[in-house]
Amino acid sequence: MAESHGGAKGPAAGAHTEADGGHHSGGFPPFESSTYASQLVSLAIFFVLLYVIVSKLALPKVGGAIEARQNKIEGDLTEAQRLKDQSEAALKAYESELASARSRAQAIGNESRDKANAQADAERKALEEQLAAKLAEAEKTIASTRTTAMSNVRGIAADAAGQIVQQLTGIIPDATSVNAAVDASLKG
Amino acid sequence: MKIDPIHQFNIEPLFTLGHIGNHTIAFTNSSLYMLVAVAIISLLMLASGSQLVPGRLQSVAEISYEFVASTIRSTAGAEGMKFFPLIFSLFMFICVSNLVGIIPYTFTVSSHLIVTAGLALLVFFTVLIYGIAKNGLKFFKIFVPHGVPGYVLPLVMFIEVLSFFLRPVSHSIRLFANMLAGHIALKVFAGFVAMLGFSLGAIGWVGGVLPLALTIALYALEILVAFLQAYVFAILTCIYLNDAIHPGH
Repeated sequence: MAESHGGAKGPAAGAHTEADGGHHSGGFPPFESSTYASQLVSLAIFFVLLYVIVSKLALPKVGGAIEARQNKIEGDLTEAQRLKDQSEAALKAYESELASARSRAQAIGNESRDKANAQADAERKALEEQLAAKLAEAEKTIASTRTTAMSNVRGIAADAAGQIVQQLTGIIPDATSVNAAVDASLKG
Repeated sequence: MKIDPIHQFNIEPLFTLGHIGNHTIAFTNSSLYMLVAVAIISLLMLASGSQLVPGRLQSVAEISYEFVASTIRSTAGAEGMKFFPLIFSLFMFICVSNLVGIIPYTFTVSSHLIVTAGLALLVFFTVLIYGIAKNGLKFFKIFVPHGVPGYVLPLVMFIEVLSFFLRPVSHSIRLFANMLAGHIALKVFAGFVAMLGFSLGAIGWVGGVLPLALTIALYALEILVAFLQAYVFAILTCIYLNDAIHPGH
């Protein structure tokens, strides 16, 4: 085996055999104690180097990026919540405003209707009163006309009665008794 | 054509860094792939931007972050997040090096027991030292389960102590053995295709379809295993750390 290495690897394998102190005769590489010191020293160097890089640079950097993302997401969510609350509050305000406007509109409507009704009533009442007054006046005129007419009728009746009596009897009757007779017949 | 399924695990020094005692410390192919893993992880985590709406690369980085974080929270609780960088490093290091290692002609860092043992011992001593530093002597309550009758308690405690100290062994061998066995099986089946073809000619190439299909199926499985073993390593780390954080349980 050692010969085949030597043939394949040339100077490197040769150097190796030298470093081994010559007991490389078919040895199993992981159990060759002569390489242990080199491997342990390089492991120590590179693992410590890795540890320093990881703990001082890599983990803070990657952890920071993850944390920054977490914070950003949380901040955005809080902001979204805040905006949502705000829009909900605005919606609520709008609704209450709408409700109050509606009730105010209703109140104004009611008021104006009542006012219009009251005005109409008043006008109607005034008109009725006017009509009633006119009616009463007309009735009064009728009554006075009638009274006048009646008194005229009485005079005419008295005259007619006097003339009839004169025609029938040829005596001019006493005016007083004629009037009394006419009144009596009118009353009757 | 000779197939050597072990060859892929060879450690080859690229250049020498220095000496400790009489050990030569070299920058090897293993070191190179450790560096590759660290570079890929750094690139993924740092160069992926930090947009509010993530792109693909950034999504991968963030999914890795969230995945490891939720694993820790669900197994070790919120207090376990103290160990987030450690567990994240372990998970990403093992996962990326496993996934890189599955690419043909690359090297798999975690196919060497010394590497997985190093990581498992790191976890073991972190648990031990943090557990004692935080809880003092109460930490040793993990060896004394509730509701065990007095006469079997010594036996139970012995088993608990033994299993505690065997943790790094099972923790490291599990990862090492999975990666090693998977890569050997892949190499054997893939090599079988070439061997049939070169030794039997046309019939061999046609017959090689079967091992090729198996190789493809195994490859898919190995991708799963590469991720799964990293996850298992990480979640066991969380469970062990949970003992150190809440020793009463």
